Amino acid sequence: MAVLLDKHTRLIVQGLTGREGTFHAKAAAAYGTQVVGGVTPGKGGTTHEGWPVFNSVHDAIRETGADATVIFVPPPFAADAIMEAADADIPLAVCITEGIPTNDMLKALTFMDGRRTRLIGPNCPGIITAGQAKAGIIPGHICREGRIGIVSKSGTLTYEAIHQLSKQGMGQTTCIGIGGDPLIGTSFIDALRLFSADADTEAVIMIGEIGGTAEQEAAAFIAGEFRKPVVGFIAGQTAPPGRRMGHAGAIIAGGQGTAAEKMDALAKAGVHVAKSPADMGVKMREALGR
Amino acid sequence: MKIHEYQAKSVLARYGVPVPRGEVAFSAAEAVDAAKRLGGKIAVVKAQIHAGGRGKGGGVKIAKSIDEVEQLAKQIIGMTLVTHQTGPEGRKVGRVLIEEGLEIDRELYLSILIDRASASPVIIASAAGGMDIEEVAAKEPEKILREHINPGTGIAPFQGRKLAFGMGLSGAAANKLAALLNAIYKAFIETDASMIEINPLILTKGGDLLALDAKVSFDDNALYRHPDLRELRDIGEEDPLEVEASKFSLNYIRLDGNIGCMVNGAGLAMATMDIIKLAGGEPANFLDVGGGATAEQIKNAFRILMADKNVKAVLINIFGGILRCDVLAQGVIAAVTELGVRVPIVVRMEGTNVEEGKRMLRESGLSFTTADSMGEAAENVVSLAGKR
Repeated sequence: MAVLLDKHTRLIVQGLTGREGTFHAKAAAAYGTQVVGGVTPGKGGTTHEGWPVFNSVHDAIRETGADATVIFVPPPFAADAIMEAADADIPLAVCITEGIPTNDMLKALTFMDGRRTRLIGPNCPGIITAGQAKAGIIPGHICREGRIGIVSKSGTLTYEAIHQLSKQGMGQTTCIGIGGDPLIGTSFIDALRLFSADADTEAVIMIGEIGGTAEQEAAAFIAGEFRKPVVGFIAGQTAPPGRRMGHAGAIIAGGQGTAAEKMDALAKAGVHVAKSPADMGVKMREALGR
Repeated sequence: MKIHEYQAKSVLARYGVPVPRGEVAFSAAEAVDAAKRLGGKIAVVKAQIHAGGRGKGGGVKIAKSIDEVEQLAKQIIGMTLVTHQTGPEGRKVGRVLIEEGLEIDRELYLSILIDRASASPVIIASAAGGMDIEEVAAKEPEKILREHINPGTGIAPFQGRKLAFGMGLSGAAANKLAALLNAIYKAFIETDASMIEINPLILTKGGDLLALDAKVSFDDNALYRHPDLRELRDIGEEDPLEVEASKFSLNYIRLDGNIGCMVNGAGLAMATMDIIKLAGGEPANFLDVGGGATAEQIKNAFRILMADKNVKAVLINIFGGILRCDVLAQGVIAAVTELGVRVPIVVRMEGTNVEEGKRMLRESGLSFTTADSMGEAAENVVSLAGKR
């Protein structure tokens, strides 16, 4: 089971012939993912590292039967790559690119409205279903199969959570990096809905950070209808207001979006909130009563 | 990227937003010349820094004569202005805006930014301008109007009317607001702004609408396509170490504690600051070296970290995914050797090639403290910093 992708997923890589695209396509294939080709406009008809390269996402889907794409395209062209994927009706698009202008994402998300493609990211580490497949940059070797879902705005904190779960003898179903930009395709709530419907996922770790109100919205959703245990952590408890902490979306603006208000909202929704980033694994064991 | 008020007004004026006549001055003599060119009985002398609350801090004054302009400019240029946004250390004023005085009938509020939840631009407006808008929002939320703009259609005429009437404007003033809204929206989209805030937007006794103050910031990710806007950066407003770090694509923010941190990934970097604080210490900085850092970049990061004289100990927290622990160890060893770092260094690393990385640190002949978990690392570094 798991969510979003598994060993049957047929993945293409937009930007396959670039350095990052090549590196991570190989890593995904080595992990067991069915990487079936790539898209680099102008290089259609060639092969790269043994994979067929296509001029467009449309062509790639027609020829390979791909049902997911991972996007490693430089920031100025990434929003266009997302729109192209959506236009080709691919069910899943994962955009890793960091640094896409907000206005470009505004256009892309408007374009995607009413289309079937689910976008993960941008500015995210991608997704991995432990033991089955990955689309993105999460190192496969740190994951192990298990029953915990992870949804996170941060890449390395996701790795940290995986590592802590391993120490506690727990593994993962799927880890979803939703990204640290202000405008993203899949929200915490979207990811929680997926985990809610997945019989294999027993509990969820949710990792948020300062900026915006997505965590508060997720808290309301959890209080209302999410029935599995959730462990939460919010990064940026010591972040100064008005400063962008690395991620484009991580900023306390006008006194809004602090870690304290998010932790409070999550705690009130019944989430097991870890104050320290070192306690996510321990909290999960407590939450499961083991 | 933030810019000064006078720059913001000049950008907005290009799109047809009415602004008061004014000129920037870097000295009292320039201020006098500017005031002479403006004419009129009253001039306003406004300190230009990248922080709000300038009026309350004594950075905005009204002059009733040319002599007074000179006096005030002398007083304000070079002063250290402390406002609720600058922190207690304040900000040194290097330039002033000399602007015509206007007869104000009413003060309104207008801003535009991206609403994340609806993924659309939102215009925020209020009849209660000239005040801290966060305070208005907290105390009298009914006075705040929010209008979401469909990026496909732009501002529809009915939305302009809705805002105008909601702000208590009618007749000619309502029409002027509609035009002004279109101008601001166009400026917002075309300059890739992250926020435009006009507070106050004034209605003069003569019935004109003008942006009396303006705050504009741009999306850093879009600056590559706006070379003209990039020129507006004032590095005098930024921390010198942060400017230096940006040259090496390092994400560094200086804070006031004494424990330097070097981390990969923004989330983990914030979390590392948090855990230092939980262990009883104070972080000296936020530093994200990124996922693909090279040994050379680690060295540059170290140099910047150590240039902050408050740093008494360093915590390196790396979860190697793409960045391999052996590459990190190599960079750290080279940096410590070449830079002659004398403060204690606690290293916590995990992930790809971690055993090789640890072995390199052990065999380097340098004294690192290694830790197996974030919690242990934080406790070690706080205790080491406390001993110095």
